[in-house]
Amino acid sequence: MDNPAILVKSLDLWYGDFKALKGINASFRGKMITSIIGPSGCGKSTLLRVFNRMNDLAEGVRTSGEIIINGADILRRDADLVALRKRVGMVFQRPNPFPLSIYENIVFGARIHLEAKKKDLDYLVEQSLRSVLLWDELKDRLGRSALGLSLEQKQRLCIARLLAVKPEILLMDEPCSALDPQATQRIEELMRELKRDYTIVIVTHNMQQAARISDETGFILMGELVEFGRTETIFTKPSDRRTEDYITGRYG
Amino acid sequence: MERHFDEELANLRKGILRMAAMAQEAIFNSIEALKNRDKGRAQAVIDTDDKIDMLELEVDEKCIDLIARHQPMAGDLRFITTGMKINSELERIADLAVDISQRVQDLIDKPILKPLIDIPKLSVVAQNMVRDAIDAFVKRDVSLAKQVMCSDCEADRLRNLVQEELINDFMAKDIGTASRAVPLLLIARHLERICDHATNIAEDIIYMVEGKVVKHHSEDL
Repeated sequence: MDNPAILVKSLDLWYGDFKALKGINASFRGKMITSIIGPSGCGKSTLLRVFNRMNDLAEGVRTSGEIIINGADILRRDADLVALRKRVGMVFQRPNPFPLSIYENIVFGARIHLEAKKKDLDYLVEQSLRSVLLWDELKDRLGRSALGLSLEQKQRLCIARLLAVKPEILLMDEPCSALDPQATQRIEELMRELKRDYTIVIVTHNMQQAARISDETGFILMGELVEFGRTETIFTKPSDRRTEDYITGRYG
Repeated sequence: MERHFDEELANLRKGILRMAAMAQEAIFNSIEALKNRDKGRAQAVIDTDDKIDMLELEVDEKCIDLIARHQPMAGDLRFITTGMKINSELERIADLAVDISQRVQDLIDKPILKPLIDIPKLSVVAQNMVRDAIDAFVKRDVSLAKQVMCSDCEADRLRNLVQEELINDFMAKDIGTASRAVPLLLIARHLERICDHATNIAEDIIYMVEGKVVKHHSEDL
């Protein structure tokens, strides 16, 4: 594959003595949505978090192997984590806006990563909110607390907050699990829009969601990447029996 | 753990097999009606078709219901979508049995044109192909499905023999035989079409079992 956005080579990850990821090899293609599916505790969120080294915060984490993003191995001890987290942003299950105004939420990261003037920040806020289709709704109340928004608006705001620092890769960990079906559908539409400019990797328990929105899908079971390929193939004719059993609900 | 969905799939399978049994019976009866010049039996095939049509709708509805309520994936999805296709192939097969029966009714009041030789042979090929296709569905047997597909050449060969004989030996020599030769020609054509539908079922089964599309390029097998 030409120049994948994320190239994972022989990745092992341990939490203390527990080996959570085993010999993962995968290429995540740029400007596409890739879903990672698998049962609870299989290691899918661990894999997602390793892409911006969020696992570093957990105790006793060790890794071996390589993860190449933009030509560099992000697992190296001397990797620039601030630059990595600017380039690779994360959206969580429950939207977590800062207890600040809508405006300040958006410019928070930009103030750290970019040297910007007030006028530039205003423009950034508008562009970021437009990208997540919130501008028209919120443009007249940018000074209000972000905590007063609906769950869906909060999740959109968290995505806008990431976009403001100009990332390349968006990691999404169950981004719709707190949302109702209508809000879920709208966030999925947003993801389709965003993939024009960003590489998206999403962890989801909702297999229909993975089938609906992703171009490629990986199935993880007990730390092993069992199967990885085009979503339509995984959901119509998976090649591994374990994938078949999981997606048809026969697993366990 | 047995899933409730498995029970639903088993019910769908039963519906398709019921449909298959009725279609097979319709072919058998239409051929018996031809061989024995049995008007009543031909009429019975025609009368039964409504029941087959009703069952086709029932099976179709079941498939749509399962897709809507369970959002099946992978093997389950292939089973249900293939089930829908097989269902409609079986309905077409039953329609062809009706067509044969109508041709039989056209012939019964007329003197016999010639002893039937190749048409009964073709009918055996057709019945075997349908039987084996259904067997392959039940047993998920890809090699049996491939055998069904291979039998289609024999069906074409027999249809051509019937056609050549009826045209060259009868109609070309005496156009007055056309009113008896044409129904026989059509019967051969209907039987050959039944074989085509059995071939379609066999192709669908290969997709159902292996996820491989062999339609329109069976020469790769």
